[in-house]
Amino acid sequence: MNHAQAATQFIKDEARTDWHDKALWFVRYKRDIQTKKVPEWEQLRELASQIKANVLSELDSYLIQFEENALKNGVHVHWAKDAHEHNDIILNILKAKGVRKMVKSKSMLTEECHLNPYLIQNGIDVIDTDLGERIIQLRDETPSHIVLPAIHLKKEDVGETFYKYLGSEKGASDPKYLTEVARGHLREQFLTADAALTGVNFAVAETGGFVVCTNEGNADLGAHLAPIHIASMGMEKLIPRQSDLGVFLRLLARNATGQPITTYSSHFLKPNNGQEMHIVIVDNGRSEQLGREDFRKSLYCIRCGACMNTCPVYRRSGGHSYSYTVPGPIGSILSPGIDLKKHSSMPFASTLCGSCTDVCPVKIDIHHQLYKWRQIIAKEGDFPLSKKIMMKVMGFMLSHPKFYRFAGKMARTALPIMPRFMLYNNLNAWGKEREIPQAPKQSFREWYLKNRE
Amino acid sequence: MSSKSYILERVKQNKPMLSVLPVVPMFERKDDVSLISLFKENLEFVGGRLIELNSKEELNGQISEIYPDLKIIASTLNVEAANLDLNSIIDPHALKGIDLTIIQGDFGVAENGAIWIPANTISHRVLPFITQHLVIILDKTQLVCNMHQAYQKLDIHKADGFGVFLSGPSKTADIEQSLVIGAHGSRSLVVFLV
Ligand code: SF4
Repeated sequence: MNHAQAATQFIKDEARTDWHDKALWFVRYKRDIQTKKVPEWEQLRELASQIKANVLSELDSYLIQFEENALKNGVHVHWAKDAHEHNDIILNILKAKGVRKMVKSKSMLTEECHLNPYLIQNGIDVIDTDLGERIIQLRDETPSHIVLPAIHLKKEDVGETFYKYLGSEKGASDPKYLTEVARGHLREQFLTADAALTGVNFAVAETGGFVVCTNEGNADLGAHLAPIHIASMGMEKLIPRQSDLGVFLRLLARNATGQPITTYSSHFLKPNNGQEMHIVIVDNGRSEQLGREDFRKSLYCIRCGACMNTCPVYRRSGGHSYSYTVPGPIGSILSPGIDLKKHSSMPFASTLCGSCTDVCPVKIDIHHQLYKWRQIIAKEGDFPLSKKIMMKVMGFMLSHPKFYRFAGKMARTALPIMPRFMLYNNLNAWGKEREIPQAPKQSFREWYLKNRE
Repeated sequence: MSSKSYILERVKQNKPMLSVLPVVPMFERKDDVSLISLFKENLEFVGGRLIELNSKEELNGQISEIYPDLKIIASTLNVEAANLDLNSIIDPHALKGIDLTIIQGDFGVAENGAIWIPANTISHRVLPFITQHLVIILDKTQLVCNMHQAYQKLDIHKADGFGVFLSGPSKTADIEQSLVIGAHGSRSLVVFLV
C-alpha cells in the first residue's frame, strides 16, 4: 500500500483524525514556548549542525577513538554491518549467559532491525518498558511516532488492551489509573529480568561513554538492576566531546516535547560492579547514506520527532501510513536510501512547505531532500501513473501562458455548475474526503490588471 | 574482513571533506536574574517542589512533616528518619520496597531544574529510580546557569562510571498526551535548598 492509500484508511475516522492533528500541533506549540525562552536558540541549532557536520567528516577516527575508550572503561564493543548481524550479536550475548527475559527501553534502532521478533523466535522473552511501547507491543503494533509511539491510540483503546492483558478494570480509561497499572506490571518485569537493552542518544568519543534520555525512568530501572546491559547504537550517534552534550541536551527535549530537559539524562561510562556492559555499533545502510552527497545530512538527526509534529501531512495521515519504521519527513528522506521501490511513495507524502526544515534542531534541509528524492524516483520511473499524466499536462500549461489563462477561465466558469459526479470521482484526488472550495469569479491576473488601472 | 574493518573502510571512502569542529561558547546570561528563582521556576515546571531551608537542622522536622506515613526510608546522609542501612545491601533488587530516599545532589542547573547525581554519592545506581519518593538536598551555592557550565563543572571520571541529570519526578504522557506524574521512577521529588 502506498502512503495515499494508507492515509485514506486513517482519515475515515474524522473525529480521530482531528484529535491526532490537534494533539501533535499542541506538542509543536509547547516546543515553541520553550525554544523562545532560550535567546541563543538559533546559535545552538547552528552549532549542533556544525558539530554533526564535523562528526560525519571524521566519523572513522571518532569511531576508533570511542571504541578505544569504551574498552578501557571495561565495556564490550561489537560492530554490526547490518540488521541481521546486530540481532545475532545480541542473541549470542543473551544465549551465552542463559538469559530468558530481557527488558528494553525505547530504541528506534531495534525497531529498524526488527530485533524483538528475532529474539522472541529464539525463545527470549522481550518486554518493552516505555509505557507507549509496551502498549503497542501488547497490541502487536509498531510505533507510529518516534517519540510518542502510541499517539495513534485513544485512552479507551489502551484501557481495553490493559483489561485484556494486564487485568485492569473493564471499561476503565483514566490515564492516571492505567499508568499505575502499567507501573505495577513493569516493576515486576524490571525485578525479574536477566538483561536490559537501551538505545543510545549520544555517544561521546573522548570518554567512551554514552547518554540515554528518558522521562519515565525505565531505561535506568532496567540497566541498573539487570546483570547485563546492552546498548544498541547507530554509528551516527557519536559526538566528539563531552561538552558537546551541553548543546544537544539543551536542544533535544525542548524541541521534542517542550520540556527544558528530559527527566533523566543518564550518563553511562563503566559497568556496575559485577555487571557486564555491551555496546553494539550499527551501520545498516548508514555508511552508504554517508556517501550520498545530497542526502548525508539526514544522518545529523537526533530523533526529536519535531518534524513529524509540525508536518501537515503526518498530522493528518498518522505514522502507520508510512511504509518505513521511521515515519514523517525524516523517515521519508531516510527510507528511499534503504529501499527505493518499497518506499517510493514516502517522499511524495509532503506539501514541501518546509516547516520540518524550520523546526529541525540540527538544520537538516529536509524538504530539499524530499524534492531531490522525488526527482530520483521520477527518473527511475517509480512514479504513480496519474501523477505522471498530470505532470505532463501541468508542464505544458505552465509553459504556454495563453493556454494557462484559458484553462483557468474555463475552470472558474465550469466548476460552480459542474454536477457532483464529475468533480468527486477517482480521477480527482482533490475531491476525495473533502469538498472542493468555491472557485473565485476572477483570476489573480484579472484582478491585478483591473486594480492597476 | 571483520565487520569493524568493513564499516571503517566504507566510512573512510564515503565521508565528506573535513568540516571543522566549532568552539562552543558558555552563553553566560547578561541579565542579573537570580539563579535560585530560575531554578525554582524550572523545577516546578517539571513537577518538582523546592523548599528553601535556613539551616540543615530544619531538615529532620520537614521530612517528618511532609512524609508522616512513609515506612521504609533510606538515606546516604545523616537523617533521623532513615531506617534502612544501605551499606548492608549488596543486591540492588533488595531496594524494591523503599518508600523514600534522601540523597545529596552535586549541583543544580537553573535553566532546566536538573540536578547532577554521580554514582559515587548514592551507594547504588538504581537508588534514585527505584524509590517511590525522592528528596534531594542541594547546597544553594551549587547552582550553575546552563548546561554548558554544567559540563564544565562535572567530572565524569570521578562519578564511578555513572551519573544522571535528574529533573523532576518520573512522568509520562503516552496515554492520549495527558501528563501523569509517577511513571516508573519516583512519584514525587522535593528539593531542599540549604
Ligand atoms: S530530522 Fe530534525 S526535526 Fe526530524 S526528528 Fe530528526 S532532528 Fe528532529
